[in-house]
Amino acid sequence: MGIIETKDLVFEYIRRDEEGNVEGITRAVDEVTLDVKQGDFVAILGHNGSGKSTLAKHINAILYPTEGTVWVDGKDTSDEANLWDVRQRAGMVFQNPDNQIIGQVVEEDVGFGPENLGVPTEEIWERVKESLKAVGMYEFRKHSPNKLSGGQKQRVSIAGVIAMHPKCIVLDEPTAMLDPNGRKEVIRAARALNDVEEITVILITHYMEEIVHANKVFVMDKGKVAMEGTPREIFSQVEKLKSLRLDVPQVTLLAHELRKSGVAIPEGILTCEELVAALGLDRQRTK
Amino acid sequence: MLRDITLGQYYQTDSVIHRLDPRVKLVTTIFYIISLFIVDNFIGYIIAGLFLALIIKLSKVPVKFMVRGMKSIIFLLIIAVGFNLFLTPGETAVAFWKLRITWEGIRLAAFMAIRLVFLIMGSSVMTLTTTPNNLTDGMESLLGPLKKLKVPVHEISMMMSIALRFIPILLEETDKIMKAQIARGADFESGNLIKKAKSLVPLLVPLFISAFRRANDLAMAMEARCYRGGEHRTKMKPLIYKRRDWLAYGAVVCYLALCVVFGKILL
Amino acid sequence: MSIILDHVNYIYEAGTAMEYAALKDVNLSIPDGQFIGLIGHTGSGKSTLVQHLNGLLAPSSGNVYYNGADIHDSDYNRKELRSKVGLVFQYPEHQLFEIDVFSDVCFGPKNLGLDKKETELRAYAALKQVGLADEYFYQSPFDLSGGQKRRVAIAGVLAMRPEVLILDEPTAGLDPKGRDEILDQIAKLREETGMTVILVSHSMEDVAKYVDRIIVMNKGQVMFDNEPKEVFRHYKELEEVGLAAPQVTYIMQALRKSGLNVDTDITTIEEAKRAILRALNR
Repeated sequence: MGIIETKDLVFEYIRRDEEGNVEGITRAVDEVTLDVKQGDFVAILGHNGSGKSTLAKHINAILYPTEGTVWVDGKDTSDEANLWDVRQRAGMVFQNPDNQIIGQVVEEDVGFGPENLGVPTEEIWERVKESLKAVGMYEFRKHSPNKLSGGQKQRVSIAGVIAMHPKCIVLDEPTAMLDPNGRKEVIRAARALNDVEEITVILITHYMEEIVHANKVFVMDKGKVAMEGTPREIFSQVEKLKSLRLDVPQVTLLAHELRKSGVAIPEGILTCEELVAALGLDRQRTK
Repeated sequence: MLRDITLGQYYQTDSVIHRLDPRVKLVTTIFYIISLFIVDNFIGYIIAGLFLALIIKLSKVPVKFMVRGMKSIIFLLIIAVGFNLFLTPGETAVAFWKLRITWEGIRLAAFMAIRLVFLIMGSSVMTLTTTPNNLTDGMESLLGPLKKLKVPVHEISMMMSIALRFIPILLEETDKIMKAQIARGADFESGNLIKKAKSLVPLLVPLFISAFRRANDLAMAMEARCYRGGEHRTKMKPLIYKRRDWLAYGAVVCYLALCVVFGKILL
Repeated sequence: MSIILDHVNYIYEAGTAMEYAALKDVNLSIPDGQFIGLIGHTGSGKSTLVQHLNGLLAPSSGNVYYNGADIHDSDYNRKELRSKVGLVFQYPEHQLFEIDVFSDVCFGPKNLGLDKKETELRAYAALKQVGLADEYFYQSPFDLSGGQKRRVAIAGVLAMRPEVLILDEPTAGLDPKGRDEILDQIAKLREETGMTVILVSHSMEDVAKYVDRIIVMNKGQVMFDNEPKEVFRHYKELEEVGLAAPQVTYIMQALRKSGLNVDTDITTIEEAKRAILRALNR
């Protein structure tokens, strides 16, 4: 069993009109079954409203399944007795950098999680130090969060989760409100966590270039898993991705267009080097 | 602009007063205020003034900063002095037109002015030398006994510290929405009072919606980080009394004794 | 008919310890009908710059002219200017406040003092321009999806019939399809009305695809101001200030280095495809 597992997960909510009468039921997550192995870097893609964030909130026991089950590290999230274990093991970072920082000083914010867990004072300080170092924000420990850039704020939020010593971290569109440089900072921090600390990372996003390094990608649409595979397998299906309101990196799109025009290159080109190789240019040069 | 407003204005520097435990500063401030109401002669006020001057000196906060804080109470000061000056019965000192100033009035007005100035300066020393977070921690600890009476002390102090964290964000947001509505031709300045109040709707509605959205997000983020109220919680920066804090308490007791002896009993 | 910025400087919090220059000697001329991309990283001064164009901020020194008149003359009607130079802020859906979509879009024209009929006519036309279906007109704006809310907010500015439309990152937070839809709509709108459009963006790919002139801001100064091809030719300098050329430009560089005879100043996929096919069939 993996670190995160869901079986036939369904989440429904009831829509009401202004008088409170039931208008209908929306199925935000529809029979999702997935399995994430310890140490994986998993990306969940999907357009706005595809159900990807709703799915993410189940991993941290913020939402509970209407039907089906979610297990975090073998613990059923619906069981009240598991609540704090689940939240400690699967940390979560949200979209808006301003709305998830509680402390008025960077180090105090990072200490917030361990404080809640009842970690002894000296150990809190150690954890804060190592977490801030892991995301490269240690020099900013005495700063006010209001003075940081968006990317820096998100790295502080990630440090706040690491300080709780989770096995898995769910990043729910952490880059949606950032500029390109901020996005790079955050993705770099997430990858370092995965590589160095071997924390399982679940990244939810609609920026295609951020998922190139994932081990596994799930594409959500209308609450269901519409596609599943490695980034290469996913990016090989340009037309299908477009029909799901997504796109592909420019190099993949260019290769796809060339292929359509009769150039003999494979689908699912992910990098510039691959395109050069596919066009046979590297061989020409070495000849 | 709006962001010029500084709340809980903290003056960053390193001094003995800055390093004191926030509880000491809170207790001292309360005792200082009490002392201002105990004394009723000039010697008492001289003692209070010297004590304040000593603390300001030790705090390394420029006097300029203190004076700036006084601007906001000038109006209050004038009213208080005016009332005392003209409305106190007693032996006439000066009389002109229908107004009459008495010797008692002058005495009372002077006391009132000194009291107000010392009171404001005394409490601003506390806010200038203590970070808002530290202050809420101190309050939580001092009010701790009230927990037995089911007063949600931890929750209140958490609310205060979150409010302080979000004030600058909401001010910036107000500025942004205001500009966006001005760009759509809104006018927040001209017109009579009713028109002005009405013109605030396009500002306040988005601001409230945003505040609720932020509150919702924040609550979720706190829960996700295992927040469950004050129980089982440890502190990253627990408050522990040091030697200097006990010394400070000693100094406050001495000061109070002096005030009682010279300001009340002796003269 | 144009906007001219003449030696504009803007200093934040002048006279305090926080003082810094957000704009330094900016000189720009924006003639009618251009589609301009304004790029620069966060803090480069681009937001400060756009707020000068409709008089929300006044320069610390220098002048801003709209159609030849100095907009900070004491008798200049700045309220009218704001209807001529429409500014759509980032996340504009955060300023919606009315009970239904239609009333919200009416807010702008109503502020201009137009009568009810004209106000409603303009609101209707604006909502059509952004491609919002009739069925949403009398719904609460807060019940719409993110992309729809943004359209309503843009319509709120369009309803004032601006001659210049400035959009500060209109695609922030939207998914790829939503992003393309909004940008296509803006491009279409510009073709139909001939208005000047200034698009503030972080995405070089988007800018390259749509605009015919790029202004690059860095540390409060205009760093480049030219056609996209010319600007992206300086990709090394752009990288130094934390920006970059579109990914496709780098692809062409790599191909050329590997011996394929293609132009390197290509900025869109369509051009790239044609160039590669041409080179391969040689």
